This record gives sequence, C-alpha cells and structure tokens, in this order.
Amino acid sequence: MSAVEIESLVVRYGSVTAVDGVSLRAEAGEVLALLGPNGAGKTSTVETLEGFRCPDAGSVRVLGLDPVGDRRALLPRIGVMLQSCRLYSVIRPVEAVRLFAAHHPHPVDDPDALLDRVGLRDRSRTVWRRLSGGEQQRLALALALVGRPEVVVLDEPTAGLDVHGRDLVRSIIRELRDDGVCVLLTTHELDEAERLADRVAVLHRGRLVALGSLDELAAADRGPQSVRFSGPSDLDVAALSTVLGGPVRAEGPGSFVAEVVSSASTVASLAGWFAEQGLPLGEVRAGRQRLEDVYRRLVEEAP
Amino acid sequence: MSAVRAVVAQARTEVVLAVRQGEQLLVALGIPLLVLVFFSVVDVLPLGSGRPVDVLTPSVAALAVLSASMVGVGISTGFERHYGVLKRLGVSPLTRPRLLGAKALATVATEAVQLAVLLVVALVLGWDASFSFVPFVGAIVLGTVAFGGLGMLLAGVLSGPANLAVNNAVYLLLLLFGGVAVPAAELPGPVGAVADLLPSGALIAAMGDALGSADTAGAGTWLVLAAWAVVTPVAAAATFSWAPRD
Ligand SMILES: Nc1ncnc2c1ncn2[C@@H]1O[C@H](COP(=O)(O)OP(=O)(O)O)[C@@H](O)[C@H]1O
Ligand SMILES: [Mg+2]
Repeated sequence: MSAVEIESLVVRYGSVTAVDGVSLRAEAGEVLALLGPNGAGKTSTVETLEGFRCPDAGSVRVLGLDPVGDRRALLPRIGVMLQSCRLYSVIRPVEAVRLFAAHHPHPVDDPDALLDRVGLRDRSRTVWRRLSGGEQQRLALALALVGRPEVVVLDEPTAGLDVHGRDLVRSIIRELRDDGVCVLLTTHELDEAERLADRVAVLHRGRLVALGSLDELAAADRGPQSVRFSGPSDLDVAALSTVLGGPVRAEGPGSFVAEVVSSASTVASLAGWFAEQGLPLGEVRAGRQRLEDVYRRLVEEAP
Repeated sequence: MSAVRAVVAQARTEVVLAVRQGEQLLVALGIPLLVLVFFSVVDVLPLGSGRPVDVLTPSVAALAVLSASMVGVGISTGFERHYGVLKRLGVSPLTRPRLLGAKALATVATEAVQLAVLLVVALVLGWDASFSFVPFVGAIVLGTVAFGGLGMLLAGVLSGPANLAVNNAVYLLLLLFGGVAVPAAELPGPVGAVADLLPSGALIAAMGDALGSADTAGAGTWLVLAAWAVVTPVAAAATFSWAPRD
C-alpha cells in the first residue's frame, strides 16, 4: 500500500473538468511535487485527498483510507496546509499551535517548540492579522505538523515566502521526508519542484503529462538534443558548426548551444576543437535538457 | 478524554478571542444593560401594572441570552466560515459535534457572566429578586439552543457580510416586535399573536417564570420554545457548509 493512491481521478465543477483522469502514487519517505501552471488542477487534486470533495470518477486513498468515508480515522494522521488559509484574526501563534495540538490525539510533545522550528519564536504573541504573509504561511506549516502526521499535504507551501522563509520550509520538508513522512506538495514554480521534490508529477489542464524524477523527465524528453557550453564571446561559430555537424549559436554573451546529438563523442570533438584553437572552454552541459525547456514543452505540447 | 480536552480548548479559545475583540460582547452585555437601567429609571414603556424593574428583568435576561447565542455565535461563525477558518478546522481532527459543543460551552460561559452582571444591577435597581432555579436553567438551555441554532443556520448559508446584516436585522426585529422591548400582551392584536409564537416571546415568558413574580409561562410557552430548540439546530445541521461560498 502506498501512502497516497490516486486512481483515474476526475473532478468536475459543473461543465469544467478540473482534473481529468489522473493516476499517481506517493510513498512514505518521499517528496512528490504536483507541478503545473495556475488552473492545472493541483488544488482540486489535493482537496480530494483532504476529503473536501468526492471524486466525480476514479478513487483516492490516503494511508489506505477513503478521505470522505473514513474521515475521522484519517484526519488525525495527516497534516494539511491549505492554499490561502486564514486563521482567527486575533489569535496568537502560540495559542494556535496549542489549540490544534489539543485537537490531535498524539500531538508533538512541545507545541511551542514548533514555533521555533518555523522561525516564529519572536512573533509567538503577535495576533494573526498583524503577521506578514510569510509568517502566516509558516504558522500554517506549523499547524500542519502539530499532530505528528504520517502524510503531509501542502498546497503552494513556499508561495509568498522570502528567500529565508523558503530555505526554512525546504529544510523542514527534507527533515519530514527523512523521518519517513510522505510529503505531497503543489507548486507552479519549476525551481521549487527541482529543489524540493524526489519526484514530480506535471499537471496541465487537469491531465498528468509527466511523472518521474526531474532527471528522468529530462532524459525521456523527446525534444531536440543539444550541448550547451561557454567560451569566448567572439567564438567562430561557423567553423565550430562544421566540426560538430550541426548549427551552433550564441544564447547570450559567452554562452552557446550546439544543436547536435548530445553524446560523449560530440563533447570530445568540442573539447578537441577548443584545444586546437587554444581557447578556454567553460562549463559544458550535455545529455540533460534544460528543465525550463522540458517543462515548457510538456505544458505547451500537451493536447 | 481527548474529546473533553478538544472541546474545552476550543471553547476557551472562542471566549478568549471574543473578549479580545470586544465589540460583540459589548453589544451582548451593553444593550440589555442599557434597556434595563434606562427603562427602569425613566418610566415611558407601557409595562402594565408592576414596577418597571420587575417587568424588565426577565426581558433583559432573555435579551442577553438571545444576543449571546444568536448574534454572538452567528456573526463570529459566519466570518469564520467566510474567511476559511472553518475550512481549516475541518481538516483538523476536530469533529462537527465537538465544534458545536465548544460553541455551546463558550456561549453558556458568556451568558453566565452577562446574567450575573444584569441580575446584580437589577437588584441594585430594586428588583424583587423572585427566582426559580429550574425554569431559569430551562430557559437558558432551550433559549441558547434555539437562538444558537438560528445563528448557525444563518451563518451556514449566507456569505459573511450578508450574515452580519441579517443577524443584526433579526436581532432588531425581535427586539422591537418579538416581545422583548414591549411585552407581547401590549402589542396590537395580530402582532401580539405572532410574537407569542416567536422564540423571543417564548423565551421572555419562560424567563418570566424564572425571574418574575407571576407565572407567565404556560405549557404552551415551553412547548413553543422547545419546538424552536429542535427546529433551528436541525435546520442548521441540514444546511450548514464549512466551506466559504464559492
Ligand atoms: N470551486 C470552483 N468552482 C468552479 N471552478 C473551479 C473551482 N475551483 C477550481 N475551479 C477551476 O478548476 C480548474 C482547476 O483549478 P485548481 O484545481 O484550483 O488549479 P490549480 O491549483 O492548479 O491552480 C481551474 O480551471 C479553475 O478555474
Ligand atoms: Mg491551486
């Protein structure tokens, strides 16, 4: 049994099909990111796992339980961070973590220490509406963790956070994974998915268009192959094109892309030509597509 | 055990937050107090034969229960739902019955303080201090359930701002025509007859039993109040949605 099992899930709002036949699984001790542009169906998917709506078709199981039918058995075992969640406007963080701890059968030993963990120690007595957006976000994360969850579902956990806040949230997510928690999160930012996730499920218009580690996605991508490298800005691209047997063009000052098969022998000819010319060869990147390109192609070419 | 811990923690939070915000408590305590003091001292209401303070005390006690349960619970719950606070609580292990239990507990705690203050002021104003325990508890419990249910009914179906407006409007209507400010018997015929069937009129009559010198409540009164105490929570439970209106 996987921690999260989604089978041919369909979610509709009237005539809008928000999730259209998505199947995926997430395991204990892994971070799975649902990545996709706004409106892709990420929130609709996770809200089905949280029991807010029944699937219109297909099924979902969390820890083997039905999020709607087995609600009372499931809720004590999961931690949830909703997209744009408000709390009581005048509650203090320290009151909020203690309140939510009281609702859980097996809360963390020291709810106040959770505030240290999310960097809110100095703000523990500031009422909710006076916290910054990032602080509210981190409090929401603390509340998701107060019940020692086995599965954590985070909807856009780093949206609206500054660099420091993002680092903090990322390190907490890694700790959760290392403790064997299954973390399912959503993001519309590729960079976040790349930093946080072991595996990524790319959603587009309600469909799952790719699933795997980012390395797997980049390797499986059928887009044009290329080798990227850096060198002197006045490089003779015409001559190099002839040597490599494919077009070479400048992408930016001192950075180039050769649209050729990205194999070891291509890299060898590239390095050999630079050596002959007595030129300095900078960073070479072959075999792996730039993730932005893969992601853009997945999303743009999806039916 | 964990159920008790959860309900008490939730109820305590609700009370602490209400006190911190203040306005709603001010209305819940301030208006009944104002009615009691003003109309006991200035004899302008057609209150019949008795002394004003003896007639008014049961009415303002009823008003206090009404505002704490309907207006207090209704408005705060409506905003909690509107802003998605209830949605967040809905994915914590706090069950619906526990949340309702906590709100009831918080309301009764608020009413206890309100009624203590009101009755002390009434005594100072010369209230004859007639008091019967069983009708008093019965009126508080049935009144709280009936009006709390009405508040939850409104909060569960209306959007936040509409809920605020409707709650206040219902409060004002009950205050003017529901037998609170003016006893039902003194209202013009048809209005008075309707007032007898409204939960406000019934609650005042029941409070009259508890805090007045004459027996004002017949079996009919208690039946009306009990019926409302069944109808409003059932209607609220059937229609309530935790999530904000889309
Ligand atoms: N409550 C709703 N009513 C109607 N349409 C909705 C509702 N929630 C979401 N949608 C629509 O469903 C689609 C998916 O939305 P959502 O799951 O929120 O995507 P994401 O979280 O990836 O941005 C969008 O087209 C959105 O407009
Ligand atoms: Mg979303």
